Amino acid sequence: MAATESHRAIEAIFRIERARLIARLARMVRDVGLAEELAQDAFVTALSEWPRAGVPANPGAWLTASAKRRAIDLLRRDRMLARKHAEIGRDLTDVDDTGIAAIEAAMDDDVGDELLGLIFAACHPVLSPEARAALTLRLIGGLTTEEIARAYLSSEPTVAQRIVRAKKTLGKAGLSFEVPRGQERRERLASVLEVIYLIFNEGYSATSGQDLIRPALCAEAQRLGRILAGLIPDEPEVFGLLALMEIQASRLTARLDPDGMPVPLTHQNRSRWDRLLIRRGLAALERAEAQGGADGPYALQAALAACHARANRVEETDWRRIAGLYDQLRAVMPSPVVDLNRAVAYSMAFGPEAGLALLDEIDQEADLRNYAPLPAAKGDFLLRAGRPAEARVQFERAAALSLNERERAFLLGRAGACSGSDAKQER
Amino acid sequence: MRVMVLVKATEDSEAGVMPTTELFEAMGRFNDELIKAGVLLTGDGLKPSSQGKRVAFDGPGRTVIDGPFAETRELVAGFWVWEVKDMAEAVEWVKRCPNPMFGPSEIEIRPFYEMSDFGDVVTPEIAEQERQRRERTSGQ
Repeated sequence: MAATESHRAIEAIFRIERARLIARLARMVRDVGLAEELAQDAFVTALSEWPRAGVPANPGAWLTASAKRRAIDLLRRDRMLARKHAEIGRDLTDVDDTGIAAIEAAMDDDVGDELLGLIFAACHPVLSPEARAALTLRLIGGLTTEEIARAYLSSEPTVAQRIVRAKKTLGKAGLSFEVPRGQERRERLASVLEVIYLIFNEGYSATSGQDLIRPALCAEAQRLGRILAGLIPDEPEVFGLLALMEIQASRLTARLDPDGMPVPLTHQNRSRWDRLLIRRGLAALERAEAQGGADGPYALQAALAACHARANRVEETDWRRIAGLYDQLRAVMPSPVVDLNRAVAYSMAFGPEAGLALLDEIDQEADLRNYAPLPAAKGDFLLRAGRPAEARVQFERAAALSLNERERAFLLGRAGACSGSDAKQER
Repeated sequence: MRVMVLVKATEDSEAGVMPTTELFEAMGRFNDELIKAGVLLTGDGLKPSSQGKRVAFDGPGRTVIDGPFAETRELVAGFWVWEVKDMAEAVEWVKRCPNPMFGPSEIEIRPFYEMSDFGDVVTPEIAEQERQRRERTSGQ
């Protein structure tokens, strides 16, 4: 095997084993930073030994054993130092080996949920949402600091610092890296789901910069969602979130036209939707509903996405069902953005005037004051109601508020189309 | 990247010999690992080619051929679709798969085409996009 090829194979093995290895080590040394270093050391050792001795039959066990030896060495060295610093005459030689025994116990206690423990730790509420996302991508996703920085259009030092600080915060919090139980588990799970969906959305609707979609982040969030569904098969909202991401991601390639301009859902070429992801999404939604989670916020949003996925042609879209689902979603997840989308659904189900009436109710919401989609929706309803002059003003307002260059160009295009003598409908 | 992982047929699978309970269990554990790693998208097993049919194309001609088909080792007995980072990762996962057959067998990994693969190569889809683009520009 050529050197580079074997190097690549070892890297692939490490990628498969890394998160689980870090999780085991974190539980043992109670320090994610140290756990990550130990895992990295084990990888470096493998890189020098495996090309000579061959890849072991169970590489995961080999890496774990190697890291464990190193951890115990470090612990012994710390203890030696402690002994040197100790008062003369005090007998420390019979310091019991409970530390090492604890390590042995922690490493052998492979109940299969160590990875879950690490996910819960990385998404711990003591961290800011940005730190949770960065740490999750680093520890579970295995992304490099550079990759995370690129995905978030941030600088490498900024992300590196954020991760270092997050690790320190977790260290100070004295976490056990166990999977929380009972009511605490439910609360902490909400944070995990939120982090994964934040990562997905950062990729799906990039809030700034030139690209509207950063597919790598979506793919990573989907993978995290799939892992979580594999590890927690009995929580309906886990499947609700997975369903939502799979169905939304099924449209990634259809969402932009060849010029990189956004294509609204109703104008997308549905033959380009990824049928495999839709099928997976609908199956996950079914599972969430079968587990009694039909009214969960993620399951409801997935049900909304599913309405579009099930319609092979835009004319087949069940807008009344969508409007009804928004009524439900509003009850469990009140938000001005949900209200706005509800208005859009009502405009499609019951006509543009119904949409305009609902927009009047939320027009003064402080949260929506600088929110481009509000005037964009209003412009759309007005245009469809045969009031192009008013629509134009709204589209221009929306364009002025948009932070995304491509979206702005799209909105200005719609504004321009309103000025035609006839209120010709464009996308 | 998305890959299709093809389990090739053997004389046994073509004869419809069912796997042992042990193999079923081992395969179940392997699938479980794939799911927990977020790798497995879908997969299924296929019946022997004796239950399959082929349609041969020659110009406008269509000829239906009944199974079984001769070239056993080239036939597909089952498949998975996986999402992996690269081919090296797919290879490592396949190495961890229990031998799906009683005797010697093969598993083949084939990557799906993705937009980023095309580069300068013009596919029908890109050609269509180009056509639409030109149409739009000339209309202005």
